[in-house]
Amino acid sequence: MNAPTGSRHLDAEPPKDQRQTLVSPADNDASAQLIEAIQEAIRDRKPLAIYGGNNKAFYGRRTDSTPISAAGHTGILSYDPTELVLTARAGTSLALIESVLAEHLQLIPFEPPNFGPTATLGGAIACGLSGPRRPYVGATRDFVLGVTVLTGRGQRLRFGGQVMKNVAGYDIARLMTGSLGTLGVLLDISVKVLPAPQTEITLALERDTETAIQTMNALAGRPLPLSAACAYGGILYIRLSGTPSAITTARETIGGTTVDGSSLWQGIREHTHPFFAGPRPLWRLSVPSATPVIDLPGALLIDWGGAQRWLRTDAKAPVIRKAVDRVGGHATFFRGHDGRDEVFHPLKTGLLRLHRRLKEAFDPQRILNPGRMYEEL
Amino acid sequence: MHQADTAAHQNAEHQRHDLVIALRTFLPENAILSEEEDLRPYECDGLSAYRQVPLVAVLPDTLEQVQQCLRVCREQRTPVVVRGAGTGLSGGALPLSDGVLLSLAKFNRILNIDPVARTARVQPGVRNLAISEAAVPFGLYYAPDPSSQIACTIGGNVAENSGGVHCLKYGLTVHNVLEVKMITSEGETLTLGGGALDAPGYDLLALITGSEGLLGVIVEVTVKLLPKPECAQVLLAAFHTVEAAGAAVAAIIANGIIPGGLEMMDNAAIRAAEDFVQAGYPTDAAAILLCEVDGNAAEVADQVAQVEAILAACGATQVRLSRSEAERARFWAGRKNAFPAVGRISPDYYCMDGTIPRRELARVLTRTAELSKSYGLAVANVFHAGDGNLHPLILYDANRPGELERTEELGGKILELCVEVGGTITGEHGVGIEKLNQMCVQFNADELNQFHAVKHAFDPDGLLNPGKAIPTLHRCAEFGAMHVHHGQLPHPELERF
Ligand SMILES: Cc1cc2nc3c(=O)[nH]c(=O)nc-3n(C[C@H](O)[C@H](O)[C@H](O)COP(=O)(O)OP(=O)(O)OC[C@H]3O[C@@H](n4cnc5c(N)ncnc54)[C@H](O)[C@@H]3O)c2cc1C
Repeated sequence: MNAPTGSRHLDAEPPKDQRQTLVSPADNDASAQLIEAIQEAIRDRKPLAIYGGNNKAFYGRRTDSTPISAAGHTGILSYDPTELVLTARAGTSLALIESVLAEHLQLIPFEPPNFGPTATLGGAIACGLSGPRRPYVGATRDFVLGVTVLTGRGQRLRFGGQVMKNVAGYDIARLMTGSLGTLGVLLDISVKVLPAPQTEITLALERDTETAIQTMNALAGRPLPLSAACAYGGILYIRLSGTPSAITTARETIGGTTVDGSSLWQGIREHTHPFFAGPRPLWRLSVPSATPVIDLPGALLIDWGGAQRWLRTDAKAPVIRKAVDRVGGHATFFRGHDGRDEVFHPLKTGLLRLHRRLKEAFDPQRILNPGRMYEEL
Repeated sequence: MHQADTAAHQNAEHQRHDLVIALRTFLPENAILSEEEDLRPYECDGLSAYRQVPLVAVLPDTLEQVQQCLRVCREQRTPVVVRGAGTGLSGGALPLSDGVLLSLAKFNRILNIDPVARTARVQPGVRNLAISEAAVPFGLYYAPDPSSQIACTIGGNVAENSGGVHCLKYGLTVHNVLEVKMITSEGETLTLGGGALDAPGYDLLALITGSEGLLGVIVEVTVKLLPKPECAQVLLAAFHTVEAAGAAVAAIIANGIIPGGLEMMDNAAIRAAEDFVQAGYPTDAAAILLCEVDGNAAEVADQVAQVEAILAACGATQVRLSRSEAERARFWAGRKNAFPAVGRISPDYYCMDGTIPRRELARVLTRTAELSKSYGLAVANVFHAGDGNLHPLILYDANRPGELERTEELGGKILELCVEVGGTITGEHGVGIEKLNQMCVQFNADELNQFHAVKHAFDPDGLLNPGKAIPTLHRCAEFGAMHVHHGQLPHPELERF
């Protein structure tokens, strides 16, 4: 592994060998075992429950299949900072990847939540969750460039690649992202990475929720270096990322007071913020960003500039789903469900039919995480 | 005419007749074209080396009519090729002799611009640039800017996942589309994505983007609008070698800068562009880089200084900075007109579209130059340098017997080279009919079969744009055979294309 570069200086010349293939300490190719397990499952028609670090087991419906772990399939296969691309095996620790990137002053732009110390890249991609930076920089799927997967037909296939632009064939790499392992077992993944911003500050402004939503949307319509916007407890928090000069001007435009935002954004990303504590059911409402406050009982934390709303509520699922349907959004029963009910927003008939056919196309025997996303898949 | 030909001809006439009768029940007379002279304008897209008039062309202007067209085609087992503006460069909109060409040209209305949510909801036939123009009053714009943006449609952009010179920072079409309404070949209307930043279930929005008209007919698109940066300036740097220019690109990124645009042109492209638009390019340079930085005034000034230092350190022989909007536009004009510029100096040109890891640039350009020499065909290169997307333009003369074939062979070799160095055969122009053979190089049989299975899930009858984008395994077997054994075809039993 390369020595930490520490600070970013004006390199007169790029490094001689630009291809810096970094091999992580835990370099282990377990694909043969995974293929064998899949083929056995196909033979015996015994469905599998795929997991990585097992930190996101709560996410989605429960599946009573035989557990199989991809966590042993580890290693960063290549990382070239000037290409902005990193390829790693699915079981590679997210924390390790982030630390390797940090050495080169780069980061995973979509801030995937770890939800635990053993989170893997594969788990992050399969769940497709993104952190506070998402509305301004992009989602998990926006940064996935290519994957190698094991399908439910027992085939090891590669889609996409290690380059930024690629339209050869359908975009199956992005289809895999967020599909919760129901279409294939991810073996390795190439993601686009970005330079870490030079400077980052957080501003706090006193705003009631309704006004906060309006302000977040108004600011997003102006050329400002926003990288997160959240409203909670009567305060609107705005994170700015970029060059010092950009931030100085933007801070003057927006006003408010500067606060230490690092633990706030980390807490929202990882659900360690006090809002997420306790057993009360947690819902994720994904709605058009300018939607006014939705009339539902419970406590609310608004992230993603208004587009992602976390709700602690005892309200019944149909009530919640109906309310978000009305505004053109969807609701996920994130935590506190028993794993038997629908977790994800029900699909309209036509879409569900298409989902079934796609499942059939990748996993005809339904051996991969059956029922994890929807009962029918 | 041979007897068989006569029979085929009569058959086609019957089919055409039946189609027209069925289409007339819901389409006005002037929305159905079936005479040779009316069909001519639709015989090709931007890949004009291939031409084919369709059986019938239709120009519906309501969704019901589109649905009815698909129903008729389903009933009469007639394939459908959708067409936007026909600027595609891979033959995606090339008609089929036994098929209907479905033009969405009449769907050209901007339905809604929402300045608060920063979205535009438009019909598929709306031109790319028209969206940004409509958003001007709100200080917003639609970021992906293909060079063809005055003509190409948003439906075509989604179908190809088109890019532009500003995609390095602001993303491709797939990053800027929120919702797509499409009609399946079975006549069902589906909404993919939505007004929120994600949708439940599989990411079908990503799947339809870049699907080249094979998965569904896109009938409405909602795109993201971005706030227009306060200011932007372009640096124009000249280099003695393409290697030095390539190293400068890597150095800019290594220093944590993601420019709004980062483009490279080689000497042949520079001279052609300069002749055409007088952009002020140094015609003696081996390569130039165009690097645009944007943001607020202070930020732009800082980044300009930083980039200038990097360029100088990387051996730029000349660095110029745009001092006005007019000059900025002029710097870009050369790059944006590179294709037509090359079109002026050669009777014909063939535009390739591979993507490579940037570090392989020197190797790929050197090999391309060698290939160019051995085929006796000149090549000019324009390059979306920031994201590794290379456009070698092969200069040829279609009137010289055999030259098109040699050009295609050379193009194919260049694409295979892209795959060899870890890249891809198409970054933004799509596979169409053009790169079917190279798909066999990039993907194995199982992967191609998986693509066919996805197609089958959307379009079980194979009605939409059959034969494009994903090759049949038969075709690959044949190509592989030709490829490996230099023309000795070991599979005589297979159908020849
Ligand atoms: C001079 C020139 C410069 C160019 N520069 C660029 C560039 O910088 N970047 C870039 O990415 N491309 C570029 N292109 C290529 C081309 O403009 C793009 O691919 C564009 O998106 C095609 O749009 P269109 O409306 O012309 O589509 P068409 O050519 O009509 O169709 C393209 C494909 O999309 C399908 N299709 C079209 N509309 C729909 C729909 N509504 N539903 C389903 N399928 C549909 C067609 O069947 C076909 O397969 C350039 C082309 C030219 C001629």
